Amino acid sequence: MARKLLILLAALFLGIVVVLPVIAIFHRAFAEGWGTYVASITDPETVSAMRLTVIATLFVLPVNLVFGVAAAWLIARYRFFGRRALLVLIELPFAVSPIVAGLCFLLIYGAYGPVGAALEGWNIQLMFNLTGIVLVSLFVTCPFVMREVLPVLMVSGEDEEKAALTLGASGWSIFRHVVLPNISWGLAYGTVLTMARAMGEFGAVSVVSGAIRGETMTLPLQIELLYNDYNATGAFAAATVLAGLALVTLALRGVLDRFGPKRRAHT
Amino acid sequence: MLAMKRTAPHILPGFSLSLGITLLFLCLIVLLPISGLLWQLGQLGPGDFIRVMGSERVLAALRVTFTAAAAATLVNGVFGLLLAWVLTRYRFPGRNVLDALVDLPFALPTAVAGIALVALYDRSGWVGSLLDSVGIQVAYTWWGIVIAMIFTSIPFAVRAIQPAIEELDPDEEAAALTLGANSWQRFRHVILRPLMPSILTGVGLSFVRSLGEFGAVIFIAGNLPYKTEIASLLILIRLDEFDYPAAAAIAGTLLGVSLLLLVAINVAQTRLQSYLRTGG
Repeated sequence: MARKLLILLAALFLGIVVVLPVIAIFHRAFAEGWGTYVASITDPETVSAMRLTVIATLFVLPVNLVFGVAAAWLIARYRFFGRRALLVLIELPFAVSPIVAGLCFLLIYGAYGPVGAALEGWNIQLMFNLTGIVLVSLFVTCPFVMREVLPVLMVSGEDEEKAALTLGASGWSIFRHVVLPNISWGLAYGTVLTMARAMGEFGAVSVVSGAIRGETMTLPLQIELLYNDYNATGAFAAATVLAGLALVTLALRGVLDRFGPKRRAHT
Repeated sequence: MLAMKRTAPHILPGFSLSLGITLLFLCLIVLLPISGLLWQLGQLGPGDFIRVMGSERVLAALRVTFTAAAAATLVNGVFGLLLAWVLTRYRFPGRNVLDALVDLPFALPTAVAGIALVALYDRSGWVGSLLDSVGIQVAYTWWGIVIAMIFTSIPFAVRAIQPAIEELDPDEEAAALTLGANSWQRFRHVILRPLMPSILTGVGLSFVRSLGEFGAVIFIAGNLPYKTEIASLLILIRLDEFDYPAAAAIAGTLLGVSLLLLVAINVAQTRLQSYLRTGG
């Protein structure tokens, strides 16, 4: 009896607080019919925002994969002074709120920041363009790949790698034939998480993007712009794209959880 | 400096390469930007800092942010425990779906969450219109901020508590039952007590997340200075006015509080765990 009540209460809470808002997005997006919806998501500005979001993510992903694998390898396989501090540093971006993160980048790489001012001399501008968006996206997604790869490396151990080394394999071929197959699931998880976060980041990107219409608007920024322009249907239509992406992300994680190797329950 | 001295030499190749990549990335992406904030704070004298932070508007924004985060955290503590319990202990149809849905706020971009909440809670929304008929307004008030913070930080509470419930020994509950403990006593002493460290972590993480939340909040907040303006938004406003020192002062305070809280959670959790183990 108490059991049923608790389940009902939990489902009701999650339903109202979490699920209903997402349903509301789709409801509002289609409120004026299918035609308006299609017109909204094929609006040139919205399409260009989607393109920019995808381009930025395509820059962020490989950099984060290389960093994540390197950092996980370093921490899993070697003992050195400062190892713990390094771990804390990698996790640090999770503790920094989006606006504060964006501000930090502006204060160093912006025109008034020490690095930004120096680069200005060479006519290099890092903020208020694609570079700025990519840089803050790297910050907010920093620990994702490392976090997924590290536990896999810890579990798999280094025996196979040492065996390959004894057999005369080069560093690259050890990585290619021994390490990479072992960490592939971790990489898959990390990729999914990084992509989802990079495409959806709002606060940090809004500080450094400059928000030039049709030029430096990512999809989340475009949603805000449309919403503030009283184009609610357009905003909700654009939001369905990101909401759909979030649902796909969840489904992918479900699939990876089911078919991939057993991993820790904690995300 | 980072080179290893006393322990065995690195057998596997790639130490310098992975160290180089890691340090380069961390310097450019994490250390340098954070030091940018510290640099700006350093240029600001203590007098200026106090003048910025002591202004009515900043104090009001901090009050709004902290009280809303506290309220959201309270709700998340209770319902986080409930959800974690139901998902770990009970097997029922739809459990997997419910479990996956807990991560939805984590996967959903914050701006999308923001307009979704307005769509639901403003006067024409499904929940908003119901509440409006009984005279309660959620959207564009302090309550709206609380709702947005609950939404974005509920996964942190659930996911922190879940592993601890998995580790609880069901035999102890059975033993308490045989010894004649009533259900409240069983809940308090056999379940709640050993879960306290993980509840503390979940609640703490949820609070830190709420303090910094921006995207989900600003759409539903109304953003009225002194009333429904959160600290993150005020940073952005100061930035738009090119008042970098003021923006840095508020941001530094927010960051400092978050880091202190995270350290405090860590310390408190370790202490609590050892207390529970020894003090029984």
